[in-house]
Amino acid sequence: MNRTKGDEEEYWNSSKFKAFTFDDEDDELSQLKESKRAVNSLRDFVDDDDDDDDLERVSWSGEPVGSRTRPGSFQSLSDALSDTPAKSYAPELGRPKGEYRDYSNDWSPSDTVRRLRKGKVCSLERFRSLQDKLQLLEEAVSMHDGNVITAVLIFLKRTLSKEILFRELEVRQVALRHLIHFLKEIGDQKLLLDLFRFLDRTEELALSHYREHLNIRDPDKRKEFLKTCIGLPFSAEDSAHIQDHYTLLERQIIIEANDRHLESAGQTEIFRKHPRKASILNMPLVTTLFYSCFYHYTEAEGTFSSPINLKKTFKIPDKQYVLTALAARAKLRAWNDVDALFTTKNWLGYTKKRAPIGFHRVVEILHKNNAPVQILQEYVNLVEDVDTKLNLATKFKCHDVVIDTCRDLKDRQQLLAYRSKVDKGSAEEEKIDALLSSSQIRWKN
Amino acid sequence: MAAHLSYGRVNLNVLREAVRRELREFLDKCAGSKAIVWDEYLTGPFGLIAQYSLLKEHEVEKMFTLKGNRLPAADVKNIIFFVRPRLELMNIIAENVLSEDRRGPTRDFHILFVPRRSLLCEQRLKDLGVLGSFIHREEYSLDLIPFDGDLLSMESEGAFKECYLEGDQTSLYHAAKGLMTLQALYGTIPQIFGKGECARQVANMMIRMKREFTGSQNSIFPVFDNLLLLDRNVDLLTPLATQLTYEGLIDEIYGIQNSYVKLPPEKFAPKKQGDGGKDLPTEAKKLQLNSAEELYAEIRDKNFNAVGSVLSKKAKIISAAFEERHNAKTVGEIKQFVSQLPHMQAARGSLANHTSIAELIKDVTTSEDFFDKLTVEQEFMSGIDTDKVNNYIEDCIAQKHSLIKVLRLVCLQSVCNSGLKQKVLDYYKREILQTYGYEHILTLHNLEKAGLLKPQTGGRNNYPTIRKTLRLWMDDVNEQNPTDISYVYSGYAPLSVRLAQLLSRPGWRSIEEVLRILPGPHFEERQPLPTGLQKKRQPGENRVTLVFFLGGVTFAEIAALRFLSQLEDGGTEYVIATTKLMNGTSWIEALMEKPF
Repeated sequence: MNRTKGDEEEYWNSSKFKAFTFDDEDDELSQLKESKRAVNSLRDFVDDDDDDDDLERVSWSGEPVGSRTRPGSFQSLSDALSDTPAKSYAPELGRPKGEYRDYSNDWSPSDTVRRLRKGKVCSLERFRSLQDKLQLLEEAVSMHDGNVITAVLIFLKRTLSKEILFRELEVRQVALRHLIHFLKEIGDQKLLLDLFRFLDRTEELALSHYREHLNIRDPDKRKEFLKTCIGLPFSAEDSAHIQDHYTLLERQIIIEANDRHLESAGQTEIFRKHPRKASILNMPLVTTLFYSCFYHYTEAEGTFSSPINLKKTFKIPDKQYVLTALAARAKLRAWNDVDALFTTKNWLGYTKKRAPIGFHRVVEILHKNNAPVQILQEYVNLVEDVDTKLNLATKFKCHDVVIDTCRDLKDRQQLLAYRSKVDKGSAEEEKIDALLSSSQIRWKN
Repeated sequence: MAAHLSYGRVNLNVLREAVRRELREFLDKCAGSKAIVWDEYLTGPFGLIAQYSLLKEHEVEKMFTLKGNRLPAADVKNIIFFVRPRLELMNIIAENVLSEDRRGPTRDFHILFVPRRSLLCEQRLKDLGVLGSFIHREEYSLDLIPFDGDLLSMESEGAFKECYLEGDQTSLYHAAKGLMTLQALYGTIPQIFGKGECARQVANMMIRMKREFTGSQNSIFPVFDNLLLLDRNVDLLTPLATQLTYEGLIDEIYGIQNSYVKLPPEKFAPKKQGDGGKDLPTEAKKLQLNSAEELYAEIRDKNFNAVGSVLSKKAKIISAAFEERHNAKTVGEIKQFVSQLPHMQAARGSLANHTSIAELIKDVTTSEDFFDKLTVEQEFMSGIDTDKVNNYIEDCIAQKHSLIKVLRLVCLQSVCNSGLKQKVLDYYKREILQTYGYEHILTLHNLEKAGLLKPQTGGRNNYPTIRKTLRLWMDDVNEQNPTDISYVYSGYAPLSVRLAQLLSRPGWRSIEEVLRILPGPHFEERQPLPTGLQKKRQPGENRVTLVFFLGGVTFAEIAALRFLSQLEDGGTEYVIATTKLMNGTSWIEALMEKPF
């Protein structure tokens, strides 16, 4: 065991690492016996007993102190700098390895943690008592190095019973948070849920379970999974949303199967004229309502795909419903349906126009869907606020509305100004000229 | 050399050189020809410290992006994986290694973890049966990356979520390590101030690390006078608002990544006669943005409304300079003119680029929707109507504007009201879930956990007190010739920067009450210096304060600090460090729950 650092370095740099095993009796390798012994006596904290894989153990746990540590290999930037001399960072550099033969028995939890932090391998297996293990954890936590905390947690998770692990972490909040993060990271959902259950953190338990649905692609499996979420201890508000999520997907699966069939049969006009761009599965509620207003508008309330049924099932507010239906029907240029959306009859049978979203919004949506001017005009006229009406009419070139409004406002100047915006020789220009020369109107300006 | 890093009060090239040296040392360890397989995320940050030429000098012959299946063919001796310590990347690496063609020439594998090795990742490699295939497994502690003469970032996109949601302090540990490195290069920082839980932790770690390095005294004369550690959750408001500086708006609209921005190419098409407008470039125009560019350094931190006049002034100066050629009569004069040409041409190119960018931004800022959004933000920040459902937000949801935009606004309202009334919160939640999908329950919970979106507790709204005491809302803001930091948001003075400003003058004792309302402890620590290193400040000499934003910082906040640095009687110059350069959008995005 008097191999010097230089030799060591040369060996590790020059030899084909994969070429030897510890069982090899080759003399040239006998010098490594010491480290072999060290390795085998060590039970690396992540190393399970897989004896068939010596190669791996060499590289992972078979790093006898300093052997693979060429100068500088652990020299992070801060090492290389003047106020953090390498010796304080890695005191064993350059010393003969023999001194460390018994290292695994000497190091206190605090030394061990410090070594781990420097990226060195050391055994945690010798910490057998619960007290030692907890001290190790506390040392790691006090270092704040998440990497080391996690390493110790991996060790504890493997060597402690679940009950004891949970009980001890409950009173160590920082370590507990790291364990939760770690379990999420490695996707150990089962232990995570057990932990939340133990801690009585019921809402987190519920959310964490629900989160899993994101990873389920198959719609039927996803639906079944969502069913298991109903009744979990969510807040009252969330419970209702989770229930709705399940119901919505259940509906979507039915609608999808039905519509795919209709579409491929090619007998239904709406699907022929407007082939579906995508499946409705996993779309939000409002998108589903739009879809249903687009393809299933006239269906009776009894069918799952009818808009009215969706509205009732999910208690969609009037405003939301009208907005969505308007957008869908306008896209189809079904102006009669649009008209019907805003027509109410009073008890005398008179019809009246009413829009829960305000007619200015109706106009915007119609315009977005390229409604013709005649249609736009009709709704611009229903806007109550005169300024808004005039603005919208100007913006969307509803000339008649602008002209009539100016006339009603007796605003000669604005009408005059608007004359330049209409086409020369058009009917609108004539209308403006007629008004401007009329002696019947008492202009305010 | 990256010259722009040495323009500031603190020469950050020293840091850059130090990290470059470490990279070279690692590359030389893997003797022979090499190929680097990159975790794509890292290429941006690495680009700030090393060009391909440096890698080439050290026998890097090929570079690949980390992808599944088999590695591309490359006749090299070494394959080096440059990766962040993430489990999903380990799976890909294992796939690469396992599908290596055994019949071909054997190649040596190495891993460089950035910024540090992870025992968890190494165990995953072991579980996948490939750990033994790696000869070198090392870490490259690229904690703080110099972005500009006064700006450092860790570019750790998960830092905020880890610290404030998961309670994982690993990124704080890296921040502390980065600060130790800085102190090793620039001297011990004699005074540490802080506000917030994470700030307290980082200070504790620094003190502990210092105790462990007792071996020798740091003999470098201190460059920094103060360190101010600030938790992002002390000021959740600022990043939610739309930044209104030039650089801030570029970031808001196009997103600046590692000081590069990708822009729509149309406005950058070379205007040549007879081109007929055909052959428009289709690839995004990529521009580097930093203070190495003289014009950019001048306008980046201005309110966007003040940029136009600077650009037109510059245009006149440059035209005049080019006109000078007519006056150059003698050989000497002509020679002098010619010698200035390269500089003038660069200036003209720079001007053309920024005029195009300004046009692109103006298209957005003059839109009706931008105006409406800004109006609502400003109402919230000045305390108007924060306790009821907002019409504009409702409209945004109805018209299915981007979810992130909606969340930013709802969170802003919540923060400016110290939480929303339960009825208002429930209403927004329902609208969002029905319109964007129920699975966003998870995201809403994350926002709540981070304190961004929550019900008001105790029926008390503290925001008005904070706003008034810290003068967060200024009605008479001067965007052209600002007199106060509030110009960066056209009226709102970023809370975080106000804290820095008040710390330097008159000191935090004047705002004890507000500091108690804001979350987390505030504290002061001293790191004693040996007498030989104590500074005797010359009269009129400014102090240098390093402000470290734990959890991210916006360009507008950086602009506000630069504004304070430049004040004639300010007395303090600032260097800024952060875990991540961010804006409201990237921030919310990082908090959204996605499939595993």
